[in-house]
Amino acid sequence: MRTLTDREKKKATSQAGKWSTPGSRLANLAVHAALIIGIFMVIAPFLWTITASLKSKPSMIWRAPYFYPTTFAWENYVEAWKTASFSRFYLNTAIMTGALVLGQVFLSAMAAYAFARLQFFGRNTLFLVFLGTTMIPFFVIMLPSYLIVEKLGWLDTYWALTVPRLVSAFAIFLLRQAFLGIPKELDEAACMDGCSAWKTLWLIIMPLSKPALAAVAIFAFLFGWNDFLWPLLVTRSPEMSTIQIGLTSFQGRYYNDQVHLMAAVTTATIPSLLLFIVAQRYFVRGVATIGLKG
Amino acid sequence: MPGWHVRRRSEQRWTALVCLLPAVAIFGVFNIVPTIWAARLALLDWNGMSDIAKAPFIWFDNYLRLCQAPEFWNSLVVTVEYSLGVTALGLITGLLLAMALNRRMRGRVLYRVLYFTPEIASTVAAGIVWYYLFLPNGLVNKFLHLFGIAGPSWLSSSVWALPAIIVVGIWKRLGFNMVVYLAALQGLPVELYEAAEIDGAGPWHKLIFLTVPLLKPTTLLLAIMSLIDAFQVFALPYTMTQGGPMGATEVMGLLIFREARGLLHMGYAAAMSWVIFAFVFAATLLQWRVFGKED
Repeated sequence: MRTLTDREKKKATSQAGKWSTPGSRLANLAVHAALIIGIFMVIAPFLWTITASLKSKPSMIWRAPYFYPTTFAWENYVEAWKTASFSRFYLNTAIMTGALVLGQVFLSAMAAYAFARLQFFGRNTLFLVFLGTTMIPFFVIMLPSYLIVEKLGWLDTYWALTVPRLVSAFAIFLLRQAFLGIPKELDEAACMDGCSAWKTLWLIIMPLSKPALAAVAIFAFLFGWNDFLWPLLVTRSPEMSTIQIGLTSFQGRYYNDQVHLMAAVTTATIPSLLLFIVAQRYFVRGVATIGLKG
Repeated sequence: MPGWHVRRRSEQRWTALVCLLPAVAIFGVFNIVPTIWAARLALLDWNGMSDIAKAPFIWFDNYLRLCQAPEFWNSLVVTVEYSLGVTALGLITGLLLAMALNRRMRGRVLYRVLYFTPEIASTVAAGIVWYYLFLPNGLVNKFLHLFGIAGPSWLSSSVWALPAIIVVGIWKRLGFNMVVYLAALQGLPVELYEAAEIDGAGPWHKLIFLTVPLLKPTTLLLAIMSLIDAFQVFALPYTMTQGGPMGATEVMGLLIFREARGLLHMGYAAAMSWVIFAFVFAATLLQWRVFGKED
C-alpha cells in the first residue's frame, strides 16, 4: 500500500500554498467561509435528523430550531424501539455484519496470500476470474442467487444473509496489493527459519498488513450494516429482518410520525458513525489508496 | 524470481489449495454459477412459479420484448440521466472541494472528515431523511425561501423528482470523490507549477492547463466508479419516490426488483439485468483502453 512520505507531503502542501497567492489572506478567508457553508449543507441532514428525533410532537417538526435540539424527548427512542422490534433487527444486523467482516477479512486475506506469494497452476487465470466478477452487477446474479438460496432451503435464515457474501473480490484485490508491498526477504527469512507457508501468512504477512486489513474490515462493516437489497429479497419474517429493512417498513407504516422515524434512523446510523469517528484515519486512507491504485 | 526455490513446490501448492478453497467455493456457488445461470435465464420464458426445466427456450425474445416495452426505455433513460448527473456534478464539486482543501490551513483534517460523513450513512437512512427534507414545506424549500425562491414540491413533480434524487446521490458521493482527488493532487509534480508561474500563469490557467489534464487518470477512474455505482442505484428511489411520479424516477434496478419480487417474468428481468451489465462493461472497457494507452 503506497502512502505518502513526509517529504512528498511537504512538497504537496508547499505547492498548494502557492495556489492562493493573489491577496492570499483575503482569499484564504473566503475559502474558509465557503468551506464552512459547504460543511453546513453537507451535515445539515444529520443535524436535522437528531434534532427532529428529540422533538416532543410530530407537529413540532417544521418549527425552528432545526439544527440543534431544544427539547429532549428521549422517550421517542424508547417508543420507536418498542413499536417495531428494533432490538431484533439490531441483533440480526450485528450477526450478519460480524460474519461478513470476519469472512471478508480472513477468507479474502487467505486468497490474497495465495495470489501474492504462492506459486500454483492457473494462478493468474483464477485471479483474473475473481477480478472479472467485480464487473458483474449485483442485479445480474441477484435472481439466480436467490433461486440457489431457495433451493438450499436458506430463505429467511442467517445462512442466506451471510454465506453468499463471505468473500469479496474487491477485498482480495486490495489485500493482494498490500501483500505484494511487503518485502519478499521477510518470508524468505521465515522460510529459512523453518516457518511453513501457512504460518508465514499468519505470523508475518498479516501483522504487517494491519492498515490494509483495517480498511477491508471497515468497508465490510459498512457494506453489511448498510446493505439493503439482498436482505430484502431473502428474508420474509420480521424475526429475520435487518435494520435497514426495519427502517423502510417503519417509514411505510408510521409515515406521519417523523419524530419516532428519525429516532429509529439515528439509532440505525450510530454504529457506523462511531466506527467512523474511531477509525476515520483508516477510512480516508483506504479510500485514497483506491484512487492511487487507478 | 530469486528465493522461490527456497520453498518446496508441493508445500506452496497445498497451502494455496487450503487458502483458496473457501473463497473459490463461495465464489463459485454464489457468483460464477449465478452469472452463467443468469445468461441462460434471460433466454427462457419463465414466470418463476412453474417448473424451470419445462420453461420454453425462446432465444432472444426477452430482449426483443424489452425493446418493445416503453417502461424499459423510460427506465433506461432515467438511469442514464441519474448516472450522468451524479457523475458529472459529483466530480466537479469533488474536485473543487479537494482543491480548496489542498493547502496548508487550520482545520484541514476536520473539514475532510466532516465532508466525508455522508459516505458512511446508509442509503436507506439517507433516502428517508431526504424524503422529509424535500417535502413542500421541508427544509430544502425553507432554505430556498431565504433567497426568495419558491421551491417546487420536489418528489411529487415529474420534473423535479429525479434532480432531487441526483442531489442526494451527489451528497452521498462527494466525500469519496474529494478524498481520492485530494490524494491525487498531493502527488502532482511541483516543478510544473513552478515553471508555469515563471511563465506568468494565473490560477485559472494553472487549473485548466495543468491541474485538470494532470488529473485525467484520476478523473477517469472516479467517473467510471461513479457510473458503475450509479447504474445500479436502487435504495434511493426506493425510499424517496418508489419510482414515481409516473415513472419519472423508475430506474432499472427498481424495475428488475419489482419483476423478481413478484416472481413475474424472471427471464425478462434477467434480460434487463444484462442491459445494466452492458453499461458497466462498456464503462470498464473504456477504463482499460484509456489506462492501457497511458501505461
